[in-house]
Order: sequence, then C-alpha cells, then structure tokens
Amino acid sequence: MKKFLAVSALALSATAGAAFAQDDVTACIVTKTDTNPFFVKMREGAASKAEELGINLMTFAGKYDGDHESQAQAIETCIASGAKGILLTASDTSSIVSSVKQAQDAGAIVIALDTPLDPASAANATFATDNFKAGELIGQWAKAKLGDAAADAKIAFLDLNVSQPTVGVLRDQGFMQGFGIDIKDPARYGDEDDPRIVGHDVTQGNEEGGRKAMENLLAQDPMINVVYTINEPAAAGAYEALKSLGREKDVLIVSVDGGCPGVQNIADGVIGATSQQYPLEMASKGIEAIAQYAKDGTLPQPTEGKDFFDTGVTLVTDQPVEGVESIDAAKGLDICWG
Amino acid sequence: MSKSDSYEDIVKTRREENFAEFQDEHHGIMHRFQHTLHVTPALVPLIVLVLSIVIFGALLGSRFFSPFALTLILQQVQIVGIVAAAQSLIILTAGIDLSVGAITVISSVIMGQMTFRYGIPPAISVVIGLAFGTLCGALNGLLISRMKLPPFIVTLGTWQIILATNYLYSRNETIRAQDIEANAPLLQFMGTKFQLGGAVFTFGVVFMIVLMLLMAWVLRHTAWGRHVYAVGDDPEAAQLSGVNVKATIMSVYMIAGLICAFAGWALIGRLGSVSPTSAYEANIESITAVVIGGISLFGGRGSILGALFGALIVGVFTLGLRLLGADAQWTYFFIGVLIIAAVAVDQWIRKVSA
Repeated sequence: MKKFLAVSALALSATAGAAFAQDDVTACIVTKTDTNPFFVKMREGAASKAEELGINLMTFAGKYDGDHESQAQAIETCIASGAKGILLTASDTSSIVSSVKQAQDAGAIVIALDTPLDPASAANATFATDNFKAGELIGQWAKAKLGDAAADAKIAFLDLNVSQPTVGVLRDQGFMQGFGIDIKDPARYGDEDDPRIVGHDVTQGNEEGGRKAMENLLAQDPMINVVYTINEPAAAGAYEALKSLGREKDVLIVSVDGGCPGVQNIADGVIGATSQQYPLEMASKGIEAIAQYAKDGTLPQPTEGKDFFDTGVTLVTDQPVEGVESIDAAKGLDICWG
Repeated sequence: MSKSDSYEDIVKTRREENFAEFQDEHHGIMHRFQHTLHVTPALVPLIVLVLSIVIFGALLGSRFFSPFALTLILQQVQIVGIVAAAQSLIILTAGIDLSVGAITVISSVIMGQMTFRYGIPPAISVVIGLAFGTLCGALNGLLISRMKLPPFIVTLGTWQIILATNYLYSRNETIRAQDIEANAPLLQFMGTKFQLGGAVFTFGVVFMIVLMLLMAWVLRHTAWGRHVYAVGDDPEAAQLSGVNVKATIMSVYMIAGLICAFAGWALIGRLGSVSPTSAYEANIESITAVVIGGISLFGGRGSILGALFGALIVGVFTLGLRLLGADAQWTYFFIGVLIIAAVAVDQWIRKVSA
C-alpha cells in the first residue's frame, strides 16, 4: 500500500511537472521604464509573442531610467515565480550581473535586450541593435550628403548624459567613423582632436535637453552645420534651437531610433536621416528563444562575427545618397515604433 | 477705532527706529552691511549674480558678454524661473512643494491633448490646462490646510500621483512641434520671439520677469501678501491677529498651481512640442533657485526677486562653465557650493536680530 502510494505520488508529481513545463512556461520582461515608447513597444512585442506561444509573461520596469533597485527586485520576483527565462534591458549594466547570476543558478536563461551587460558574456544571449553600425550609417550619409564640404564641416555632438553610457558612446563613435574622423579610443568620446568637432553636450535624450545643448554649442560656434543627436526627441529640441536663430534650413541633423514621431520628422525635413532600430523584433525573438530553451535546452546563437544577436538597423531618409543603402520615410513609417 | 490703529502704528515705527539706531551706534561698518542685507534680502543673490556675470565675462570676453549669450540665459531659465515664483510663495509660508514640476508638465500635456485628442479650440485648451494646474494646487492646499498633513509628505505623494497620471494619460507620446505649429500655434504663444538689438526675448521670458515683479509688489503691498509672510513666520500669532491661516495657505497653493500651469504653457513655447518627459527636475531646480535666492526655508523671510536672481545665477554658471569647456559635472559641483554658501550667509544675516 505504502509503495503504491509512493509510486502514484511520484507519477502524479511527474505528470504535474510535465504539465507545468509544457503549459505553464513563465517568462519575465524587465525594462528600464514603462513610459518610454521604445520599451512600451518592446513589452507589446513580448506580450503578443508570448500569447501566441502560450507563455505566461510577467512584466516589470524601473520607475525611471537608471532605477537599478527596482530591476534587481523584479529579477528576485521572477526567480521566486520559477521563470524559465528573463528578458532584461538593464539600467545598471554591471551591478545587475549578480542578480543575473542568481537567476541563472535558479535555472533561468537571461537574455539582454537592447543594452548589453557588462561584461556582455554575463547574459546567456544579447538581442540588440548594432549601435556602432547605427552611428556609422548616419555618419556615412552626412559625409556623402555634404560632398566636398565635409572637409570643413563644423559638427556638434548631442549625446545622452555625462556618464557616457555604452549605447551613447557606440553611436557617437560610429558616427565619427562613418564621417571619417579619427576616433582614437573607441570606448569614450571627447578624446578626438579633429578641428571639425565643435563640441559635445548632453541632452538626457529629450527635447528639453536637446534644445539647451544645441544653444550651448551654438554659443561656442554659431557656424555649426552638422548636428549628430543621440535620438529623435533630442533632434527635435536641437531643431527648435536652430529655428530660433533662423538656421534650421542650412544645418544637417542626423539621429538614431526610428520612432514614429522621428520618422515623421524625416518626412517633414526636420531630421535629415535616422538609423531605425526594431525593439519589437528584439522582444519577440527573445520570447521565441525562451520557448526554445524551455522545450529542449538550446540557447540562441549570436550573429556571425558579433558577440550578440543583431536585430538589424536601417537608414531612413528622403534624400538617399550613393553608396549608403536606405529606405524612404514612407516605408519607415510603416515599420516604426512608438 | 481708527484713532487707536494709528496710535499703534506710531509706536511700532518708533520702536523700529530706536532698534535700528541702537544697532548702528554700537557696531562697525560690517554690522551696518549685515543690517542692510537683513532688510533687503534680495541683495546678496543680486551681488553674486553681478559678480558671476563679471567673472565669466572677464574669462570669456565677448562670447559670454554679448546680448545674445546673456538673453540666452534668460531663455534657458524661464521655466525654472516661473516655477521658482510658485515655489517661493510656498516656501514663504514655511511649506515646500515637490509636485511643481509634475503640475507643470501635466498642464502642458493637457493643453496639447485637449486640442489634439478631442479637437477643442486651443484657446479653451489653454484655459482648461490652467484650471487643471490650479486644481492640482488646490488638492495640495486642501490636504495641507484642512487635513493638517505636512507639506513635504503631501507633495511627495501628489508628485508621484500627478507624474504617473501624466505618463498614463499621455501614453508618453510626444506631440510634434510641426503639428502644433500647423494646427494650434496658440499653444506655442509663449515661445514667440522679438529682438532688441542683438538680444533675443520670448514672451515666456517677459512673462517670467513681469510675474516676478508683480508677485514682489503683491507680497509687499497687499494685505494678502503680508498675510503670506505672517503665516510663514508664525502661524499661531497670525491666527491670533485675525489672519485666516487656512484660507491663506489654500490660496497660496492654488496660485502656485496656476503659476506652474503657466510654466507648462511656457514649456510648450520653449520646446515647440508637448513632451511628457520634460520638467522632470523642476522641483529640485526651483528649490535650488529659491535657496540660492536667499529665501529662508523656515518661512516668513526673503524676497521673491531673490528666487529670480537665484535661477539666473544657476543659468549663468551653467552656460559660463559650458563655454569654458568644463565637464558638465562642474556645474552641479558649483551649484552645490552655492547652496551651502547661501544658507551660511542666511544664518549670518539672521544674527543681526539675535
């Protein structure tokens, strides 16, 4: 009797376990904030893919960009709920690593979305935009667009914030590479000595910061004619500053992101060109990878020649130049986010 | 009645005269200077402002000391300056308002969304936005004056509530400058520019300066203004002298909310667009301006013009240091030093009456 009970209990738990694994795979997505349309889109992409594959998705976000504590808490909650995988856009790429390790020890895979961890190998996989390439594309475009005038351009750099986060450095240095500036140390900006650089200022990635930074740099040199911006809200702010001086027509603004308002600004001639990235793609690919891992334990493989899975980047502009592949704003609007 | 009133007045003025004479006779020039600072609290920030303009002007020459750069500072501080007017009123009553930035941004979002989501004419949208700002202020005022909750806690709560509402309601979507320009240019009214020589002014800047002068006059010369000081200095004494303390506090928070809503309108003018992520640090920046401007956090003392000078000092340091090519961190470093120096000076001046 005792033996029978034990066996049936074992069988019961085995079937329950199997059912749990098949029907109730839990996954988590932890983003920097849930207010930025970029992350909103990411969450939507994850949610619709999860529903399609029958995965139970839990979503978490920091209260503001840089909120490390909420993210660490979110990962603990995920571990406690027995999640099979966690999609993470980390606010603090090195501090979060210890939490990531805990999750991995508990049997979950951790996939970094958009922002690589520090070290990148701490995550089981990274699905991201090649930010250096994104910068390089707009750099190449600006150079080709200016033609001979590129040799004596005056360039303003509107970056993210003073701590020089990886994504900001990659885009900034990528732009320089594409434009033909010697970037020296690729891990930081500000060490270049090319006379065409007027200066760097920070924007926090929003309109307010973009306008102020542009004004500050124009006060240093009013003849700026090329403006690199970290993202499209900063670009829109820079445009307002230029407009108040009547300079908006003769300055080339380039940006990165490909959000819908940004692409609309391409169509309206506010921004010359932008590199579009695909947050929805990152998240849905991430959910697929977790489903795959839950099924047979295989891990996603990085793109050939890179240490991450490249979800692609496309140049959007209505003024295509020779030698740089691009799509027009109308096409960009079809696939934009936010 | 009127006779006895004027009798008291005479006694008051006499006493004050004696008091001042006594001090002047027994102390040196330093003390007289201290006394002057005590009676005109906006003098210290004004001196610091002039000094910092002179120093940066000497270091940078015409790049800084030009009508363009100097009026650029005005444009860059206009939002913080307007919000600082609201913050000053509240701090004068010994309160504090952490929700000012949130009220500012939600008012701008409401002005934009009323027009673009519901098709309401822009003029009415602006009025609705202003009314909403006043309502937010009224909520703060109600909790503080009727429920007797501490202003810090109340506004810590409403800051989060209003900001979250802002993100949820706007879906964090920006309304583009080009759309506003084409369909509702009135929203950008405060951004309208005009030039005097090389100096560039916007209506927002003019609004900030006029508002500051108006509030300075109201606080000094109207009964309501004196009540604000009285309530901040000693609410019980004010109550006993017949001041309606609750109503005064309530009105201060409502007016502060209205001023923040005007800041929201100015914000649309400044950015061109309506962006729910703006003015995120306006609460801290406005408190910084008020403190550097020499208004006492204990209430009842200081001049609202000091807050304007405080905001301008921060603006001068920000642009000056950027033009010198310094790392942006140095700006924060020096603002920190200024805050501590301002409070130290405040303590020193206060000793004149001890």
